[in-house]
Amino acid sequence: MLLEVDGLETFYGASQALFGVELAVAEGEVVALMGRNGMGKTTTIRSILNLTPPRAGRVRFAGQEIAGRRPHRVARMGIGLVPEGRRCFPNLTVDENLAAAARPGRWTLEAVRTLFPRLAERRGQSANTLSGGEQQMLAIGRALMTNPRLLVLDEATEGLAPVIRQDIWASIRTLKQEGLSILIVDKTLSELLRLADRCTILEKGSTVWTGAPGALDAALQDRHLGV
Amino acid sequence: MSLALFIEQLLNGLQFGVMLFLMAAGLTLIFGVMGLINLAHGSLFMVGAFACASVAAATGSFWLGLAASLAAAAAAGAVIEILVIRRLYDRDHLDQVLATFALILIFSEGTRWVFGSFPLYLDIPALLSGAVHLPGGAQYPVYRLAVIGVGILVAVGLYLLIGRTRLGMRIRAGESDREMIGALGVDIRTLYTLVFALGAALAGLAGAMVGALQSVQVGMGEPVLILAFVVIVIGGIGSIKGALVGSILVGVTDTLGRFLLPAAFGLVMEPSAAAGVGAALASMLIYVVMALILAVRPQGLFSAHA
Repeated sequence: MLLEVDGLETFYGASQALFGVELAVAEGEVVALMGRNGMGKTTTIRSILNLTPPRAGRVRFAGQEIAGRRPHRVARMGIGLVPEGRRCFPNLTVDENLAAAARPGRWTLEAVRTLFPRLAERRGQSANTLSGGEQQMLAIGRALMTNPRLLVLDEATEGLAPVIRQDIWASIRTLKQEGLSILIVDKTLSELLRLADRCTILEKGSTVWTGAPGALDAALQDRHLGV
Repeated sequence: MSLALFIEQLLNGLQFGVMLFLMAAGLTLIFGVMGLINLAHGSLFMVGAFACASVAAATGSFWLGLAASLAAAAAAGAVIEILVIRRLYDRDHLDQVLATFALILIFSEGTRWVFGSFPLYLDIPALLSGAVHLPGGAQYPVYRLAVIGVGILVAVGLYLLIGRTRLGMRIRAGESDREMIGALGVDIRTLYTLVFALGAALAGLAGAMVGALQSVQVGMGEPVLILAFVVIVIGGIGSIKGALVGSILVGVTDTLGRFLLPAAFGLVMEPSAAAGVGAALASMLIYVVMALILAVRPQGLFSAHA
């Protein structure tokens, strides 16, 4: 397993957010982390990267424990984060956003521009002048430039126009075909089920179901994901 | 009033401004990037001056002293960043002011303990000891021109560092989202230590260069610190360009004000009264300028966060 999360318990101050999350991503696999709002998806991602260090449980990445490592060390082990809300650096240009944290590998400025031609057109513009979709492309490109072994996409299509969403989904499918391991959180169930190799559902901060997307029937969807 | 005198005063203002820039650049970087108010920046200025004066006295070489001032101030900056400042980033400004004020006391008393209360003197190096002729017949010291030159070089260097290098990109990225740049694999803590040491080294350089013009003594940094704060508020917090423009503006305004205001009042008043009123107004002048600029642009001339 590339990523193994076991019995994760995380607190924000005194209030507990995760009560034992179980999650695994194999090499080359796309895993969808699902659940209603506030069930702990983003917290799980933050805990994996030690941005909000867990109080109990363990996270192993490529066979190594993550506990005790600072977030930049965890990222350098090979986790590329595309955070919720995109969080591009607004005062940097597109190219600077891509280059600031880049590490050598298959993903270069050229490769990212091939995946997202829009970013080549906008190369000299500062990130705060981009549209939401372009910022999302930039956030994905920025994470790819660190040449991760695991790409973590948190709500990568949220708040985008349908046409742009299709572009983003297409690019994620391209990344999957390339064999990149992906952990993805999204609300568009139809796309997610087409893309994922496996799904893990969180409810109230713990894992309640894991299985193939085909096994996620209407009853399960209604029980764990319906609103 | 002759043209030569005016040019001389203008150059003095420029030289003063450039010296302020070396202080303000570090201060604005540290404030802009890390959100930290560092009152101890003046102490680093003093550390640079003392390091230069004592090493120059021991070795007879101003240049070794200059190198020592950079090294000593950068090292002092890195040490206080790791021991004290690092714990202050997430705290509010009042805690930062309190802790860095304590550092001023520690540095001042520590320096007094090591070097005593008597000022040290630093000679201008032989290479720069001459004067050049100005149009109008006056002469101007080469050393002060060299200070102006160093300031311009540092300004260009900083501009390129912040604007064109990956280190600069990371500094700016950390300025807008510190957690995110860390989550992408950049060691922001070490980066901050580096930025702090760089700012400290520039303050030390300013101290060393001023040390050859004035006496080197405990407490020499604080008056400069206050002016440097005026500069970064005028220029816009976090902006190197703002620090440069603000420094030159404050340096030239202050110097020319002290020179021109008494003369201007002399046209309408008795000489002794004019000198008194002029001098009093001159010492207020930069604060008047600051108030006017902030009334029009509350965020400063070139705010990095505009």
